[in-house]
Amino acid sequence: MSVTEAIANRSEVLIRCEALTRQWGGLIAVNQVSLDFCLGAVHAVIGTNGAGKSTLINMLSGEIAPSSGSIYLKSENITAWSQPRRAQAGLGRSYQRNTIFPSFSVLENCRLAAQSRTPKPWHWWQSASSCAQSLAAARQAAELAGLQDWLDQTAGLLSHGQKRQLEIAMCLAGHPKVLLLDEPLAGMGAEETDRMLTLLEKLRQDHAILLVEHDMDAVFRIADQITVMVNGSVIASGTPEEVRNNAEVQAAYLGGH
Amino acid sequence: MPSKPSAAFVFVLAFFATLALYPLVGGKFGVDLVTKIMIYAIFALSLELLVGGTGLVCFGQAAFFGIGAYATVLLSPSSDPAGLALWVFAILAASIYAFVVGALSLRTSGVYFIMVTLAFAQMAYYVVHDTPLGGGTDGIYLYIKPVFGPFDLDQPNTLYFVTLLSLIAVFVFLARLSVSRFGRALAGIRVNEQRMRATGFSTYPYKLAAFTISGGLAGLAGFLFAVKDGFVNPEMLSWHLSGAVLIMIILGGIGHLRGALIGAFAFALLQELFKSEAIFGAFAKHWHLGLGLSIIASVALLPRGLVGVPAQLQERLWGRSSRRAQSLGDTDVSH
Repeated sequence: MSVTEAIANRSEVLIRCEALTRQWGGLIAVNQVSLDFCLGAVHAVIGTNGAGKSTLINMLSGEIAPSSGSIYLKSENITAWSQPRRAQAGLGRSYQRNTIFPSFSVLENCRLAAQSRTPKPWHWWQSASSCAQSLAAARQAAELAGLQDWLDQTAGLLSHGQKRQLEIAMCLAGHPKVLLLDEPLAGMGAEETDRMLTLLEKLRQDHAILLVEHDMDAVFRIADQITVMVNGSVIASGTPEEVRNNAEVQAAYLGGH
Repeated sequence: MPSKPSAAFVFVLAFFATLALYPLVGGKFGVDLVTKIMIYAIFALSLELLVGGTGLVCFGQAAFFGIGAYATVLLSPSSDPAGLALWVFAILAASIYAFVVGALSLRTSGVYFIMVTLAFAQMAYYVVHDTPLGGGTDGIYLYIKPVFGPFDLDQPNTLYFVTLLSLIAVFVFLARLSVSRFGRALAGIRVNEQRMRATGFSTYPYKLAAFTISGGLAGLAGFLFAVKDGFVNPEMLSWHLSGAVLIMIILGGIGHLRGALIGAFAFALLQELFKSEAIFGAFAKHWHLGLGLSIIASVALLPRGLVGVPAQLQERLWGRSSRRAQSLGDTDVSH
């Protein structure tokens, strides 16, 4: 993809939330959050623990219903859509805690994720492993995430870093347009972090990526846009440079970083 | 599926071959007993689809079994013997009830699911127990047994082979199902339903389909049981039976279809053993005690069920060998 195309793409908003709010009793986890996530851009959401980042991802992916506000996929209002329907429409997510299928092989983890594209549950006589389409998607996703040499390994026996890679691979296997990544770098070593960032660079071209991450060096290295949340509210949103120089952010979060 | 036959495959083949040859030596009593056990094996397989295949612990499986049996008797024509239609109706009746129960109970999960399925089964139990519909506590007789084309199910040997064929068909069906897209999705739901939803699977229809199929298979077992005994009573829907079939698959080893086969035979044979006056004399009256103790012992000593015994022995003899995956507490597709 050429630079101009990438810039042109960047204006295309894939997913947008408006005044998104979630409260549990008196606790407001996410408060009036309005954000855009564009094709070709990594949009990082940072904030301390409990700032509402995971709740935001959970609302966008459909795991939790918002108390108020709306979510749009392109121009369609998807606020009332179930999580599976959103996933079918191109919303992929990864989890902060590993939620792989530990007893399945790496390939089967990815294949099952890819199977959501061609579910055909009524083909009961046909072996799932003969589904060329989902196998190809699974292999491709595993390779993208750097797991091509571990396809037959039982997923539960992978190293922590590899499990994080598998999280991403499973997310990619369903060919989503939007990636909602909840701390993909958590617990990764320097080398693994590097590899993951390289992968995100590559994925950026044809995805809209929401990245929730605590590793500030990584965030400032890769993000096109950074949003800072404190106690459920957005206090700043802009380019890495703008956010770095924002006085409120420095006071509230970066602490003179 | 692996290209070279696995030990499990050879075992299952030998198991069915033995059953096919058994009537040559079994005698009248033996044929009757093994027919009953094979019916229980079908019943156990139906539950294994839910518990081992999908991770849904249903504690009301007897309702589907009983409804299949009652439908068989109630829908039997009073003059001519019934044909294959009766078989279809019995399975349909159980499936429909399972569909309704599943549609409601699958909105809950965990221990609530167990309780709701039990409640629905008790409901069905009291309907046949306390209303004249099914003859009340006395039950009802099936006077004329069905005839499937050339096969008269009134003949014990014919019924034996029809039951064996049904068992094989159910086993093969579930084995195919477990490696199909549908079965793999069920396995995914068992291991991590949240992830399946995030991946784009609407898990509710999958679980409901599994529940309905399971109910239909239990109904098939109920049909065969009604035909064998020529009699149905409300105890066929009781929670004791739901518990017994759960114990069968636990005893055999959850997560393997052959576990349901082995479990059904082990359970029934243990029951016969402790009931035998020749061995236990007057104590045979208290067979529940011996059966219960032996089940407690086997669950304590064989956490993976009887299916896991070879692997357990292997580990004992050769140390903790290559079977590391099993330490994950959940095994992948296996018959």
